[in-house]
Amino acid sequence: MDFKSSETLVERPAQGPRSEDELPETAAAAVKVVIVGGFGVGKTTLVGSVSEIRPLTTEETMTQAGVGVDDIVGVERKTSTTVAMDFGRISLNDELVLYLFGTPGQQRFWFLWNGLFDGALGAVVLIDTRRLEVSFDVIGRLEERGVPFVVAINSFPDAPVHAVEEIRGALDLPAEVPIIDCDARLRTSSRDVLMTLMRYLHSLAGA
Amino acid sequence: MSGADQDWEEQSPERLYVITGGRSGASGHTTSLDLVTLIVSKAGPKPGMQPEQASIMRLCHSPLSVAELSAYMQLPISVVTVLLGDLLADGRVVARAPVPPAQLPDRALIEAVIHGLQKL
Ligand SMILES: Nc1nc2c(ncn2[C@@H]2O[C@H](COP(=O)(O)OP(=O)(O)OP(=O)(O)O)[C@@H](O)[C@H]2O)c(=O)[nH]1
Ligand SMILES: [Mg+2]
Repeated sequence: MDFKSSETLVERPAQGPRSEDELPETAAAAVKVVIVGGFGVGKTTLVGSVSEIRPLTTEETMTQAGVGVDDIVGVERKTSTTVAMDFGRISLNDELVLYLFGTPGQQRFWFLWNGLFDGALGAVVLIDTRRLEVSFDVIGRLEERGVPFVVAINSFPDAPVHAVEEIRGALDLPAEVPIIDCDARLRTSSRDVLMTLMRYLHSLAGA
Repeated sequence: MSGADQDWEEQSPERLYVITGGRSGASGHTTSLDLVTLIVSKAGPKPGMQPEQASIMRLCHSPLSVAELSAYMQLPISVVTVLLGDLLADGRVVARAPVPPAQLPDRALIEAVIHGLQKL
């Protein structure tokens, strides 16, 4: 078959990973964790600080049927929103790979797309204590979907310091949901956030 | 922001339509592909292959997730899954499925993740 796209792509062949970024042949399965939270709260920073590869960006077009319906001729229109997300990768051992997806922009869009949360081990809700209210919606949606999550408080210098229990109250979180402080810029701190999520998942699995 | 996004603007809907032969990612066997399904090609690209499929064959000489393929090829996930659907049907690539959601949360799996993170 003859495809119009041939010329354009021959000029710009897809650049693959650097050889040191290639997964070993033994890599057999992958799991994913989603990092959610309000605008500018440090999601990309967290992904980047623990990722073994430079974070990559992927894109998806989400179609919302029924929105923006019947303008001029009553034709059903679909509204497409293109959303891009950052992700990083951690090789856990020779066989198992963990991918971390950071969801920028309007968080509610991500919940329209099953591809992200289906099969995810869990989520990290990153919060900024100066803007707690932006987290209400995302937490509600995670609960609705039954995605287990932990809350990580990203430490910004001029952010008010609240006791963890105060934040639990403000976010109306059940006692068992872990809340921890973090500095998304630090690899060890971001690693600890993921570790907290995994220990929490472990406790859920053991119940 | 990360660096791989500079050329996204160039993807016109028409071009994406041409690449996939007008199909969307929502149908048939492509739905079993997750963002983190690992793809491995069985051989190099064949002469005369559609360029995007040739790219996949080349990129997946070592395992690569659907998300990474999308990022490197600068094509939306749904377009990549359509392309992969054809390659899978032809047996040119193999998909290593993610750990199935039905098994989650699984203690042994979570323990493996914890051990991996401890080494960071
Ligand atoms: N002081 C401090 N600054 C941080 C921390 N985490 C991120 N930042 C800074 O906050 C800004 C926003 O961080 P990003 O990681 O881009 O935030 P994001 O959540 O990905 O933002 P969007 O994708 O636009 O929603 C950047 O300038 C970071 O350097 C942190 O833990 N402490
Ligand atoms: Mg970001």
